[in-house]
Amino acid sequence: MINRREFCKKTMMIAGGLAIPLTALEIFDPRRLHAEKDGKEKVRWVFLVDINKCVGCGLCVKACKIENDVNWDANVTRTWVERYVVTKDGQVNIDSPKGCRDGFTTQKIDQAHIGLKEIKPEDIAKGFFVPKLCNHCENPPCVQVCPVGATYQTQEGVVLVDRSWCIGCGYCVMGCPYGVRFFHPELHVAEKCTLCYHRLSQGLKSACVDACPFGARRVGNIRDPEDPVTKIITMEPVNVLKEEFGTKPQVFYLGSSKEVK
Amino acid sequence: MVHGEAWTIKEFFVYPNEYIYWSIQIVMYPFMTGLVAGAFVLSSLYHVFGVKQLKDIARFSLVFSLALLPVAMMPLMLHLQQPLRGINVMMTPHFTSAIAAFGIVFTTYGMIVASEIWFVYRQFIVETVLELRAKQQRTVVESLQLLTYSVLSLGAMDLSPEALHKDERAVSILAGIGIPVACFLHGYAGFIFGSVKANALWMTPLMPVIFICSAVVSGIALCIVTYIITMEIRKLISAWNRKNNPRLPSTEELKSAEILTVTMTVKYLVMFLVLAITLEMLDLIFRTYTAVKSWDILRSVIYERDFFKIFVLQYGLGNLVPFILFLWPGLTIRRALVGTLLVLMGVFMMRWNVVIGGQAFSASFSGFMEYHLPLWPHDMETYKEGLLGALTVITTPFVLFYMVTRVLPVFGVKDSH
Repeated sequence: MINRREFCKKTMMIAGGLAIPLTALEIFDPRRLHAEKDGKEKVRWVFLVDINKCVGCGLCVKACKIENDVNWDANVTRTWVERYVVTKDGQVNIDSPKGCRDGFTTQKIDQAHIGLKEIKPEDIAKGFFVPKLCNHCENPPCVQVCPVGATYQTQEGVVLVDRSWCIGCGYCVMGCPYGVRFFHPELHVAEKCTLCYHRLSQGLKSACVDACPFGARRVGNIRDPEDPVTKIITMEPVNVLKEEFGTKPQVFYLGSSKEVK
Repeated sequence: MVHGEAWTIKEFFVYPNEYIYWSIQIVMYPFMTGLVAGAFVLSSLYHVFGVKQLKDIARFSLVFSLALLPVAMMPLMLHLQQPLRGINVMMTPHFTSAIAAFGIVFTTYGMIVASEIWFVYRQFIVETVLELRAKQQRTVVESLQLLTYSVLSLGAMDLSPEALHKDERAVSILAGIGIPVACFLHGYAGFIFGSVKANALWMTPLMPVIFICSAVVSGIALCIVTYIITMEIRKLISAWNRKNNPRLPSTEELKSAEILTVTMTVKYLVMFLVLAITLEMLDLIFRTYTAVKSWDILRSVIYERDFFKIFVLQYGLGNLVPFILFLWPGLTIRRALVGTLLVLMGVFMMRWNVVIGGQAFSASFSGFMEYHLPLWPHDMETYKEGLLGALTVITTPFVLFYMVTRVLPVFGVKDSH
């Protein structure tokens, strides 16, 4: 009969022996090998926002909420538009009431709990609107911090959430420097902009892109040199948000200003 | 209502999706793991470094750390939006995430504590089994006890001096391994915060070290508090029992033993307290001096909005006052008790100021968020992440401690360790 010491020894040997071939699966990841053979993927979705064209109508936010079934009245949204009003004394006033779902209905600045702030038109130096959405970073911190791997990046660079696996710890929400993540009001899992991946993969454009009457939002494939979006990004002065975090954001801004947060 | 909306008040410009997502339970989490780690380190001081004066409290704090262990996980379960999926962390750990290692570190530590306790109590368990077996007539309770202790003995009934010596060796080895693991368990909780690059207040490599030091401080403090309370109860009981049996130790004897242990333990507490404050000050000075982009908003949070919580409650009442109380000559039990209670409050406030303070400002650096702790729950969410949820977490270790000590008594056990 096998004694206790022998049993423990054998168990550890079998466990160790099994671990070695299993690590091979990680080292020789078939998908990675495939990618290395064919070079980079052919598609990498990027987004282009033209601040000069945005008027803050909020049609993009409306379209997004409807398309992606995010509760209409919940105070969270996958995309939003910020209004910047810079006065002549250099003061920056920012607001985004309801994420600009209904556009900007008053000239007063919404300061949340503080109330509304009135700014005299003659004091204003400049004003502009900045649409925001997930940056689908090349180096996404949210994917890095997810403890269960429920947040992942597709081969086309889009960052998605597996709703059936998310444990709702909120680490990804805390890890995103852009504040694009939130908890789904009904499903209670992490929620974010998918760049309308379901539409892109069908050859359509993102809902917000289709909804924008001014062409302020555009989606494109950075790997295709003939894509008009790629041309603008490579040939014109564009900017990204919060580059200092090393996230390599893939939403590019035309006409961005230093005040943009 | 969106998660977090019930207790968040926004001021000025805050991104639309920003709320205080990590609330009271995430304050409780590092506080409770800190207590676990601290209690264990205290017991190891005796078992590994042979600090004889701590003998009395060593066994006590070891059992207490076992009682605290499941409670370190409780706040996390109460915080998760999908608590039933919590096990996914063990099933598909995603190792680039600091949280993914939780299951592994936690289980390792749990096994070390459990096995150390087993070795410490083996002699007692076996003796109890033999004693109960020798009895001719056993009551139902005694039969149950026999069954429990027989199972706990795991069939290792050898009580020869060599076997007992091996037990002792095993205890010191386990306690030795346990110290780095306990520090890792908690330092790692600090890493969870320190590695969030999106949060200007959290992101500092000092965070894990600060967390470990304050963990040890709080762990020792809680052990002293519980020790004093238990000793007071014992004194009352012994005074009552002595009426019938004068051979029992007198109240005076118990008292002198008590003050000796407390004075000794307080010394270690002060040592770690100095270390913790030094590191926290270093962090604050460094931030002030370098004044990077985020400093403007951090300054208004630290020196204006959270001034009372940070400088009055945490540093003043939680650190400075106990410091004076402990170092003032002629330490008394009552003074030690007040001091340690203040230390516990101070460490709790430190956790609060880190977790809630880190979310007191928007990532846009253009607005603030204020946390309003839900006092009376009106649904499951405000219970879990409100005052009552936190109180549930705080009371559980004491209930568990009571239950564990029914089986493994911490006082009046004679042994070689």
